[in-house]
Amino acid sequence: MSYIDNILFVLILAAGFGFFAFNVKKLIRNIKLGRDIDRSDNPKERWNNMALIALGQSKMVRRPVAGILHIIVYVGFVIINIELLEIIIDGIFGTHRVFSFLGGAYSFLIGFFEILALGVIVSVVIFWIRRNIIKLWRFAHGDLKGWPHNDANYILYFETVLMLLFLTMNAADFHLQTVGADHYTQAGAFPVSGFIAPLFDGMAEGTVIMIERATWWLHIIGILIFMNYLYYSKHLHILLAFPNTYYANLKPKGQFENLASVTKEVELMMDPNADPFAAPPENEAGEEEVPSKFGASDVQDLNWVQLMNAYTCTECGRCTSACPANLTGKKLSPRKIMMDTRDRMEEVGKNIDKNKGTFVDDGKSLLNDYITQEELWACTTCNGCVEACPVNIDPLSIIMDLRKFLVMEQSAAPMELNNMMTNVENNGAPWQYNQMDRLNWKDE
Amino acid sequence: MSQEELKVPTMAEMMAQGQQPEVLFWVGCSGSFDDRAKKITKAFVKILNRANVSFAVLGTEEGCTGDPAKRAGNEFLFQMQAMMNIQVLDGYEVKKIVTACPHCFNTIKNEYPGLGGKYEVVHHTQFLKSLLEDGRLTIEGGQFKGKKITFHDPCYLGRANNVYEAPRELIEKLDAALVEMKRSKRNGLCCGAGGAQMFKEPEKGDKDVNVERTEEALETQPEIIAAGCPFCNTMLTDGVKAKNREADVQVLDVAELIANAQDL
Repeated sequence: MSYIDNILFVLILAAGFGFFAFNVKKLIRNIKLGRDIDRSDNPKERWNNMALIALGQSKMVRRPVAGILHIIVYVGFVIINIELLEIIIDGIFGTHRVFSFLGGAYSFLIGFFEILALGVIVSVVIFWIRRNIIKLWRFAHGDLKGWPHNDANYILYFETVLMLLFLTMNAADFHLQTVGADHYTQAGAFPVSGFIAPLFDGMAEGTVIMIERATWWLHIIGILIFMNYLYYSKHLHILLAFPNTYYANLKPKGQFENLASVTKEVELMMDPNADPFAAPPENEAGEEEVPSKFGASDVQDLNWVQLMNAYTCTECGRCTSACPANLTGKKLSPRKIMMDTRDRMEEVGKNIDKNKGTFVDDGKSLLNDYITQEELWACTTCNGCVEACPVNIDPLSIIMDLRKFLVMEQSAAPMELNNMMTNVENNGAPWQYNQMDRLNWKDE
Repeated sequence: MSQEELKVPTMAEMMAQGQQPEVLFWVGCSGSFDDRAKKITKAFVKILNRANVSFAVLGTEEGCTGDPAKRAGNEFLFQMQAMMNIQVLDGYEVKKIVTACPHCFNTIKNEYPGLGGKYEVVHHTQFLKSLLEDGRLTIEGGQFKGKKITFHDPCYLGRANNVYEAPRELIEKLDAALVEMKRSKRNGLCCGAGGAQMFKEPEKGDKDVNVERTEEALETQPEIIAAGCPFCNTMLTDGVKAKNREADVQVLDVAELIANAQDL
């Protein structure tokens, strides 16, 4: 008996999961670059949202064609991966179809997987056509030039190849079962691969066994490669959609966060007994408290939920296709806000890796080097993007944090907005009217 | 419209008489100063007068809620405005606020509580709906019977606060034919004014947002585009003008529809 196969399998499996774990660690480290934000409230509502939106795909089906096709691919992948358990056990212990003792139930499962696999292939082909032939507006959009466009197609190719390997493997197995080859006991039902099996008629048994083994190995290796591809791809959403919907904002969409650091200062200003020349308060260590930075200019100033949002984004563009600014030809695209945030986060992460765990200023920032002021000032804060996102990503909160930095740290608002704010400050209205004229309408 | 004199008591006057109104009408900057929006304010007051609602306004004691400052990124100015307004409101022991501006509505309802200002806040369409349900107001179709009306959802009423039905129910009460735009309710397209855009020129693009939205509204072949926000009203009115349709399409606030239907 030779155990080379089993040892090789365990090594490949360990390498696959090991490298994946390595990247997951990096992913978590990068997300934790963000500021803290407490999202531990209302666990019941949060679990509910996750169940409905991520697991139940409730926001996906608002666009029914894409939604239903997506559900087929999603269910296909989740359920077919149950088979992964059998493959891993077979691989480690050198068994063949270890669960076949389940009999009828096993046949049902395998048959069901096959139908799903076919559904996945059909859906993926339609997805590919929508992206590359029909060129739907949001897929042909300028945001997706280069790598994002290729990434999307690689994912579709990967999924097709994996499903074809799975079906070919089953077909070869079915053929071998029928001709009564050793080890290939009768098990499973093959409603789809049954149509491929006749291709093997007349082939030497050894050749078919080779095909069966080759597809078995390629299938599992393919899955491991795909899993490790996630970190480099928009496809991360298959994992992060779950925490992302759990930790999403639960408050009304119109409610923007009130900055606590500002509240303190405003209270002081409005307190007639406050001493304007008082020394800044000291913290417990006896150091003067450093005033916090207002708003965000880089990824470290955003909170970890916003950074997780960036990794979760699968660049579907539903946000951008709901954005009034983008629809009318402005540069702002909420999808690009998320892609830029992720790219910058990756850049900062690599910088930290290179400099032994500390970030060394690279003279760049999310604001200006990735996201321009022209984009930021085009936002109407309409929440169209937030509503459209199938996994509750919030591009608007990032736009607002960058705007706060521009206005409060750099006084860099467009001139007309500065005029508006001066008016609010001086006469309590965004226009130059006298506060004392507020009730004149009554007698006009 | 008849020229009955409007009864608009201020909180100060009410307090001097030892009275507390049922509700404070937060007029907002637009409703106080903008010529078009002032008509909406008056229409709403006429309905309040007709329904014998005990209300008051802050008058010269009202100041910008700080919404445009906050959306522009100026948290300082927003909180200054908020704190000042909260002091005034709390001084009058205000419990309930109604406003015809979704921006004021959203800000006072959602962002003031964290700064100590806790009130029950309703949009005027919600308030009118409750008057109707309590039998304090009756709506007849009048001149709007059978007319094709499409409703534009203000972002800060709809998506921001999930209020979609109150304005629609009121329009339906006019026996009008309510037609929906392709993008409506939670998918409604912004008029282009939110996020302090009202106060600046748009960024470079192919088209203005209000024109895009007006085109969507005109696709429904409406006689009236109904709005529930003074800013949306301005944007859509400008959009209708840009499309040279002001002769056959009107932009009216839901409060104006109801007031006009009653010949108030």
